[in-house]
Amino acid sequence: MSSPAPGAAAPAVELRGIRKSYGDLLVNDGVDLTLLPGEVHALLGENGAGKTTLMRILYGLTRPDGGEIAVRGRPVTITSPKDAIAHGIGMVTQHFALVKPMTVTENVVLSSVGLGRVDMAAARQHVADAAARLGLVIDPDAKVGGLSVGEQQRVEILKALYHDCRVLILDEPTAVLVPQDVDALFTSLRRLTAEGLGVLFISHKLHEVTTISSRVSVLRRGRIIDTVPTGDASPRQLAELMVGRPTMGVRRTDAPVRSDADLAVAAVAEPGAGDGSTETKAAETTAAGATEPVLVVHDLTVPGRGARPALDRVSLQVRAGEIVGVAGVSGNGQRELVDVLCGMTVPEAGTVHLLGRDVTGRQPQQLVRAGLGRIPEDRHGSVVDGLSVEQNLVLEDLERYRRGPFLDRRRIRSHAQALIDRFNIKAERTDPIGSLSGGNMQKVLLARVLARDPAAIVVAQPTRGLDVGAAEYVHRELLDRRAAGAAILLVSEDLEELLALADRLVVMYDGQLVGRLAASEATPARLGLLMAGEAA
Amino acid sequence: MRFVLRGHEPRWLAPALVLGAVVLTYALTAGPIRAAGSNPVAAYQRYVIAPLTSFSSFGEVLLASTPLVFTGLAVAIAFRCGFWNIGADGQFIVGAIAATFFALNFPDLPGAVAIPLSLVAGALVGALWALVPALLRTRYRIDEVVTTLLLNPVALLLLQGLLNGPWRNPSSGFPESQTFASGYRFPHVIPGTRVDLGFAVALVIALGLWVVLSHTAVGLRMRAVGLSPNASRFNGIAVERTLLRSALVSGAVAGLGGVSQVCGLRGQLTTEISAGFGYTGIVVATLAALTAGGVVLVAVLLADVVVGSESAARVLQLPPQMGKVVTAVLLLTVVSLLVLRRYRIVLRHPSKAPTAPTAPDGDQRAAAPISAGGGR
Repeated sequence: MSSPAPGAAAPAVELRGIRKSYGDLLVNDGVDLTLLPGEVHALLGENGAGKTTLMRILYGLTRPDGGEIAVRGRPVTITSPKDAIAHGIGMVTQHFALVKPMTVTENVVLSSVGLGRVDMAAARQHVADAAARLGLVIDPDAKVGGLSVGEQQRVEILKALYHDCRVLILDEPTAVLVPQDVDALFTSLRRLTAEGLGVLFISHKLHEVTTISSRVSVLRRGRIIDTVPTGDASPRQLAELMVGRPTMGVRRTDAPVRSDADLAVAAVAEPGAGDGSTETKAAETTAAGATEPVLVVHDLTVPGRGARPALDRVSLQVRAGEIVGVAGVSGNGQRELVDVLCGMTVPEAGTVHLLGRDVTGRQPQQLVRAGLGRIPEDRHGSVVDGLSVEQNLVLEDLERYRRGPFLDRRRIRSHAQALIDRFNIKAERTDPIGSLSGGNMQKVLLARVLARDPAAIVVAQPTRGLDVGAAEYVHRELLDRRAAGAAILLVSEDLEELLALADRLVVMYDGQLVGRLAASEATPARLGLLMAGEAA
Repeated sequence: MRFVLRGHEPRWLAPALVLGAVVLTYALTAGPIRAAGSNPVAAYQRYVIAPLTSFSSFGEVLLASTPLVFTGLAVAIAFRCGFWNIGADGQFIVGAIAATFFALNFPDLPGAVAIPLSLVAGALVGALWALVPALLRTRYRIDEVVTTLLLNPVALLLLQGLLNGPWRNPSSGFPESQTFASGYRFPHVIPGTRVDLGFAVALVIALGLWVVLSHTAVGLRMRAVGLSPNASRFNGIAVERTLLRSALVSGAVAGLGGVSQVCGLRGQLTTEISAGFGYTGIVVATLAALTAGGVVLVAVLLADVVVGSESAARVLQLPPQMGKVVTAVLLLTVVSLLVLRRYRIVLRHPSKAPTAPTAPDGDQRAAAPISAGGGR
C-alpha cells in the first residue's frame, strides 16, 4: 500500500509482507512499509496494533515468521540488533538501556568496545561531535544517573547516531518528556532529517504526529490500513483510521472535553450532592465552588531517598463533583502522594480526611470501606496478573463474596458478568487478567472501583498506554462520576488530559505544590513552565 | 527447529509428555544398563512396570510415596504463597523427633491417644521449626531460602546428637531409637499391603489443599500473595499474615511426614530417617506445578522407580545406584519435556521463512560479516 514517491531516492528501509504471530495471535499480517531518507514517518495505531512488534523485527529483537526487509534497495537478514546496527538502523525504546553510574561517553561507546584498551579521549571527541550534530548541548563527562529523562533520551539517540545510523526508530519518544523537551526533540529531529536521516516515529499522540511527521502509516490489527502524507489528513481522520470507526465527542485533542450534555448532567446532579443554591451558575464554578470538601489532604510529608522529602507539606482539597488535576513531570512526588492516599505508604506527617473522617495511614481495606476508589498508575501493582478477571474483581472485597470459608462462586460469577457487560470489557470472566490489553485491564480496574460507587476517587495516569478508544471511554466514565458528585483527584502527566478533564489544576515540583490554577487560567505553556520548576 | 509459544494447551498434553518422558528415559538409560550387564527391556520392566503389576507391590509403591507426598505438599503450600521453604527436610526431621519423644517417654499410651498425640506434636514442632524463618522474613525481610536451608543441618545434628546420646538404642548400641511400642505404630489401612495411616493422612491433606486453594477465600488470598505481593497488599490482603500462616502450615505438614515415617514404615527413629525427602519434595512440588493432585501423582511415579530399583537389584543383580540413575534421568526428561506445555516445536516453517530468500544477498552479507552471528 505504501509506495515511494515517484522519482525519489532508494528507500532507506523497505518492509515487505512482514508476518509475525505469537501462538494463535497474529500480530503482523503482511505489513508493507517504506521509509524514505530524510522523512519522519509516523507509525500510528492502537495498543496491540502491532507497531512495536514491527519495529522490534526491524531492529532484530524479534524474528518474523515471514516477509523481507530491504535496506537501501538491498535485501538483508536481520537476526539481532548487531545486524540492524551494521545496516545503519538504530532504535530508542521507551525504556532506556543506559548504565546509570557511567558517563555519557562511556554509555555511548559501550556497545562498540571490544577487548583491550579503549581510546577514551577519541571516544569523548566523537561523542561531542555527534552531540553537535544533534544540535544539543550535552556534557560527555556527565554521569547518566544525574541527567533528566529528556537528557537521557538524548544520550540514547546519541548512542544510535554514534553507529552511523541512517534509520532511527523512536518508540513513543515523547511519553516521558515535558513539553519543552518535546520541542527540543522535534528541533533535533528536523535537523537530522535535513541531513538525510530517516526516522520511524511511533506514537499515540495525534498532534505530535501531525507536527513532526511528513507521512503517516496507520496500523490496525497487524495490517497497514493506509499511508498518507501528513498534510492531507486531519487528526480526526487519522483517529478514525486508527480505531476503525468515527471517534465520539471526547477526544484528547479537543480542549473543552465536557460536552453540553455532560454539563447539563453535572448541573442537575449538583444540587443533590451539595446545598442546591448554585443551580444557575455554570457547572465549572459550581463544581469548584460551593460543595463540601470530600477529600482533604493537609501538610502531607513523606521522607525521600535523599535529603529532600519526597512529599513536602502537600495540602489540597477535592470537593464533591469536581476533578482536581495534579500535573507534574514524573518523580516529583506524585507517586508518593498516590501511595499515601491509596493506603500503601504511611506518611511521616500530615493528615488525610475522607468525608470528614480522619483516614491517615489507614489500611487499603479501611479506605475502600470509607468510600475511596483507587486507580493507581501501576496497573500490574493493583491487579494480580495470574488470577482471573472475576477473581480480581472481587479480591478487594472478598468478605462479601464468600459463604463460610468457601467462595460464593455464583455471586462472583454474576458480579463479574454484570461488570463485564456494563463496562464493555472485552474478556471472558475466567481469562487471566495478565492476558488483557492495557485498555481492558484499565476497564477492569475502573469497574472494580466504580461498582462500589465511591465518594472520592484517586486516579493516576488513567489513560497511559491506552488507545484513543479506551482513553475516551475512561475519560467519559470519570466525567460521569464527576457529574454524579464524586470528588476526583486526577494525577496525570498528559497535559491535554488534565486540561480536558480537570476543574482545577495543581502542579507538583520537587515534592511540593508549586502552582494552583483554575482550568480557565491553565495553558500548556504555563503548566510546562511550572512543571519544569520555573515560576509561571 | 524453533520453539513457538502455544496459544492453548490441549488437555491430553501433560499426561502424554510424562509418558514420552518415560520412553525417552528408557532410550537414554539403555546403554548404562547394558553396560551393567543386564537387558534394558527386562530392567525397565522391573523399574517402571513391575511395581504396578501386583497388588502388594503397588502397596509398596504407595508406602514409598508417603513421605514424598508429605514433603511435596509442604513445599507446594509454601511456594504457592511465595514462601520459599527449602527447609522441609529439617521440619520433617524435627517432626519425627517430636513423635519419638512421646514414644520413648510414654510408651504405654493406647493407640487412640498415642497416634493423635504424635501427629499433633509432630505438626506443632514442624511448624515451630518454620516459625523462626517465617518471622525473620515477615518482620525483617531476611531471605527465607537461606534461613530455612540452614536450619536443615541444625535439625540433622540434633537428630544425630539425640541418637548418639540419650536416645541410643540400649539393646543394640546402634545410634537409633528403640522400636516404638505398638500404641505408636500406625495401623495398616489397605489389607494385604503395608500401606499405613500415614498415606491416608497425606491423601486427606492433599484433598484439603486442593479444596482450600481452589474453593476458599483463604486459598485465593494465598495464591494472590504468591503471584503478586504488591498487588495483594493493594487489595487489602494481609500479606505478612498470609505468608506466616502458610509457612507454619507448610512446616506442620512436613513435620507430619516425619511422624508418618517413624510411626509407620520404620517404627523407630534412625539417623537416616529423612533420606533427603525434604529436598526431593521440592522436586515433587515443582514437577506437580504446585498442585495437590500433581504432588500425589509425581510422588507415586518416583516411588514406582524406587520400589522397582530394589527388585531390579534383587532379581537382575543391577547395582542399586542404577535406580537413582533412572530416577535422575526421568526427572530431567520430565522437566525438559514440560517446556512443551508452553511451546510447540516447529521443525521447518511451512511457507517462506526469512532464511529462505537469503541466497541472492550472499555478497552483501559478506560485506557485513558481523551479521553472520545470527546462529540460525
